[in-house]
Amino acid sequence: MSKKASKVIEVDAVVVKFAGDSGDGMQLSGSQFSDTSAFAGNDLATFPDYPSEIRAPQGTVAGVSGFQLHIGHKEVDTPGDLADVLIALNPAALKANMKWVKPGATIIIDIDNFDNKYYKKAGYIEDPLGDGTLDGHNVVKAPISQLSRATVADLGIDAKSADRTKNQFALGILYWLFNKDLKFGEEFIENKFGDKKPLLAEANKRVLRAGYNYAETVEALRTTYQINPIKNRKGRFRNITGNIATAWGLMAAAERAGMELFLGSYPITPATEILQELAKMKHFGVKTFQAEDELAGINAAIGASFAGDFAVTTTSGPGLALKSEAVGLAVITELPLVIVDVQRGGPATGLPTKPEQSDLMQALFGRNGESPCVVIAASTPANCFQYAFMAGKIALEHMTPVILLTDGYLANGSELWNLPVIKEMPEIHPPFVEDNSDYQPYKRNPENLARRWALPGQAGMRHRIGGLEKEDITGDVSHNPYNHERMVHLREEKVQKVVDYIPELKVTGEDSGELLVVGWGGSYGALVSAVRDLQEEDKKVSLAQFNYIKPLPKNTAEVFSKFKNIIICELNMGQFANYLRMTHPEFNYLQHNKIQGLPFMISELKEKFNKILEG
Amino acid sequence: MTEVIKVDQLQNTKADFKSDQVVKWCAGCGDFAILSAIQSTLVESNVRKEDVVFVSGIGCSSRFPYYMNTYGFHGLHGRGAAIASGIKVANPKLDVWHITGDGDSMAIGGNHFIHLIRRNIDMNVILFNNKIYGLTKGQYSPTTPRGSITKSSPDGTIENPFKPGELTMGAQGSFFARVVDTEPKRMKEVFLEATKHRGTSVVEVLQNCVIFNNRIHSEITGKDVRDDHQIHLEHGKPMVFGKEKNKGLVLKGSRLEVVTIGKNGITEKDILVHDVHNPDDTTHYMLVRMTLPEYPVATGVIRACECSNTYDAELEFQVERAKKKVGMNSLQELLEEKSFIVD
Repeated sequence: MSKKASKVIEVDAVVVKFAGDSGDGMQLSGSQFSDTSAFAGNDLATFPDYPSEIRAPQGTVAGVSGFQLHIGHKEVDTPGDLADVLIALNPAALKANMKWVKPGATIIIDIDNFDNKYYKKAGYIEDPLGDGTLDGHNVVKAPISQLSRATVADLGIDAKSADRTKNQFALGILYWLFNKDLKFGEEFIENKFGDKKPLLAEANKRVLRAGYNYAETVEALRTTYQINPIKNRKGRFRNITGNIATAWGLMAAAERAGMELFLGSYPITPATEILQELAKMKHFGVKTFQAEDELAGINAAIGASFAGDFAVTTTSGPGLALKSEAVGLAVITELPLVIVDVQRGGPATGLPTKPEQSDLMQALFGRNGESPCVVIAASTPANCFQYAFMAGKIALEHMTPVILLTDGYLANGSELWNLPVIKEMPEIHPPFVEDNSDYQPYKRNPENLARRWALPGQAGMRHRIGGLEKEDITGDVSHNPYNHERMVHLREEKVQKVVDYIPELKVTGEDSGELLVVGWGGSYGALVSAVRDLQEEDKKVSLAQFNYIKPLPKNTAEVFSKFKNIIICELNMGQFANYLRMTHPEFNYLQHNKIQGLPFMISELKEKFNKILEG
Repeated sequence: MTEVIKVDQLQNTKADFKSDQVVKWCAGCGDFAILSAIQSTLVESNVRKEDVVFVSGIGCSSRFPYYMNTYGFHGLHGRGAAIASGIKVANPKLDVWHITGDGDSMAIGGNHFIHLIRRNIDMNVILFNNKIYGLTKGQYSPTTPRGSITKSSPDGTIENPFKPGELTMGAQGSFFARVVDTEPKRMKEVFLEATKHRGTSVVEVLQNCVIFNNRIHSEITGKDVRDDHQIHLEHGKPMVFGKEKNKGLVLKGSRLEVVTIGKNGITEKDILVHDVHNPDDTTHYMLVRMTLPEYPVATGVIRACECSNTYDAELEFQVERAKKKVGMNSLQELLEEKSFIVD
C-alpha cells in the first residue's frame, strides 16, 4: 500500500473502541473491522457494550452503544483495558468513554454532531472540545455525517439510509490508520447487503473508501500503524462469540452421541442468542421449543430427555432461579440435561447486559434438598464450544444434570478460534439398553454410578420415574428413611465420580512460587494477561483457572500447596473463595473481588498482585 | 390421537396395563373408575404398550402413572403439561397422556395448560376436576364454587371459579369433552374419541373426592337428577335431554335456550344438532358454559375440530424440509464457514 508522507510504526497490539448511538451501526462496524483484522492474521478479542434498552433516547449517554476490539501481533486474551483509538460519533459517546481511553489516544469525532443541542443531550455543561477534556489526545475532528451524505447524494437513497452509512466513513479512517486492506471491508459489505440491496451495498462501499481517502489527507493522521500477523500460528481459524460457540458445542455433543438435540428455552438476555442460533439448525435435526416461561423450558427439556433426546435448556441467572425446582427433578430422575446459565449482574433483574460471576452459589446449591449437579464453566468465548461439548458428554454418560456457566462477557465477546475437527472429537456413549433387557431403572454402572437409560417406545422396559424419592435399584417410590439416605449419598457420589473423567488443573507458569492467582470461568483473559505481564518481570506468580467446579479437579490441593499465597479473583463477593474454604479448608485464601458489572482490568490486577508480592 | 404404530390384534388385556403398585387412593375415590376406564380405552385403542406414556404433575390424580404398566413420568406441581410437551415433541410416535387435576392445571400449572392447548400438541389431557385440593387436605381450588367454605376459606371463597372448558376454548382448544366419573362406559367412549383426535384433547372428568368434597357433583351425577341435569352430546344428533327426552336446546338470538318439545309449537326440527367438527367454536363455547339451574350441564364430546396442524407434526415437517432444503450436512462445514487458513 503506498502512502504519501506518512510514517508507519509497527505495534504489538492496539485497542479500538467504536461508540455512537445505538442504531448507528457500532456493533456492525466492530464486527467488520474484527473480520478484516482476523483475515489479516491478527489475534483479536472483542466485546460489545450496549444498553439494555433497544433504542434509548438518541444522543444521550444512556443510548450509547459501543464495541471494543483488541487486535494484536501477539496473543490477545482480553478486549483490552483502555482504548488507543476512540471513535465517538456524538458527544454522548465521547462522554461515556473518555475514562476508558489511554493518555495520548487518537480520538476521532464526528464534528457534525458536536453542537449545543447534542452537548445538552449528553449532559455536557461546557463545550468538551474547548474545556480541556481532550487535552493530551490526538483529536481528529472529521465532518463524518456531512461527507458521508455528500458521498452518496447521487445514489438516490433516502436520507435515513444515507445517514446510516456514516459508520463506514469512520471505519474507512481506521482502515487507513491501521493499514488494513479495504478489500476485506468491501467483502463484508457485499455479504451483508449482497444482491438483495445492491444500492445500499454500493453506498456503504463508497463511504468506506471516502473515509479512507479523507484520512489520507488529514494532518492529524500522518502516522499510521502496522500490526503484523501473529507468528507461530497455524491451522484453520474463525472469529466466534461465546454464545455461538456454546450453541455449536451442544450440536457437536449431539453429533458425537448420535442423538438429536432438543432445546427448551425462554428468551432472556444475554442467553437468547443460543436459542436463536439453534432455531436455525433444523437441518441438523435440532428441535427448539420456545416455551411459555423458564419453568416450561426446562420441564419440556426434561420430558425430551426422558424420551431420548439430548436435552438442553438455556437461560441467565433470573431464569436459573425459576428453573431450580426442575433442576432438582432432573437430579432425582437422574436424566441427562445441560443447563446453560449465561450469567449477568443480579439479584433480580439486576444488570441484564453486564457480566458478573455471581450465580456460582446458585448453580452449586440453589435448590431444595440435597441436590448435586455437575458444574462447569467456560473461560473464553471460543472455549464455550469445548465446555458445552463436555457438559453434554458428562450429562449423557453420567446421567446427571450439568450446569454450564458462561457470562455476558464471554457470550457477546469474540476471539479467534482454532477450529476443531468434529470427527476427531471424543465419542459420547450414553448408557442406552437393548429392547427386552433385564431392566431396573435405578441399577447403576458400578464404575461411574450412572443408571441406565431405557426410552419410551422400547419393548419390555416399561417403567415409571418421577420427583418422589426412588427406591435404590427398582426405582419404585420409597419413603424408607435408610433408602433415602442411601440415595442422597449415591447421587452425590455419582457427581463426585465425574472427577475421574475430567482433566487435572493446569497452571500457567511455574508450578510453585510466591503467589498463585486463582480464577474460574470468564475472568481468564484478564487474569492470564496480568499474570503473564508479571512473569515477564520475573515475578514468582502463576495462574490456576478453574473450568471444572463440581467436582473440582483431583490435583487441586496439590496445586495450591506449592504456593506461599493464594488469591481468588472473581466478579462477585467471593463465592468461589467460600466454596474453596468449604472444600479445601486447609489453605488460606486472599480475595480480589469486583462487582461493577465490568470485567477485570489487567492494570488493577497487576497492582493488586504486586502489593501481595511486595508483602 | 396420533398415528401410533398400531398392530392388528395386539390383544392387550386390561391386566396388561395394570402396574404392580398398590393403588393408594381413598376407598370410594372417583379416581378408581377413571383408572379402569383408561385401561379399557387402551385395550380398545389397540396401541403398543411400550408406546404409551403417562405424565402427571402433583396431586391425588397425579399418582396415576404409577398405577399404569406403561412408561410414566410423575413430574412437578403444575409442570406435567410442559414435561409431556417435551416428550411428544422429542418423539411424536408416542401416545402421550397427561393426567392432571384442577389444582395442578388450573392454578400452579395454568400457564402450561393454556399454552399446551394453544400449541395443539397431540396428546390426551385428562383433567380430574373435584373442585378441591385433596392431597393437601381440603383447601379450595380454582374451580371451587364461589362462597364455598373450605379449610382455607372459613368464611367462604371470594373468588370466581374457572371453568376448564372456557379456558380450553379461550386457548383455541381443538378438542374438549366432559364426562362424569360415575358413568364408566361413557367415560371410555369419550376417552376413545380423545385418542382418535389429532391435537390436544382435553377431557374434564367431574370426579368425586369422597373425603374433602363428597357429592360436589351430585346435582349433575345423581341417578335421580342426571337425566334432567345433564345433556349428553353426540355428534350429528339433536341436543335433547330429560327423562322423557323431550327437552332440548335452541338458539334464541345469541343465547342458548332450553325448550320442551311439543310445547309452544316446538318440534324436534327446531332443536340444535350437535356438530363437534365445526371450526367456529361459538356454539361449543356456549355449551361448555352451561350451568345449573338454567341449563343442563353438557357432557360428551363438545368440540373436536382438526382445523389446524398439531405442533409436533408441524415441527417434524419443518425439520424434514430443512434437511432437504439446506445443502449442509456436516457440522464441520458450518464451523468452516467464514474461516480462513493461517500457515
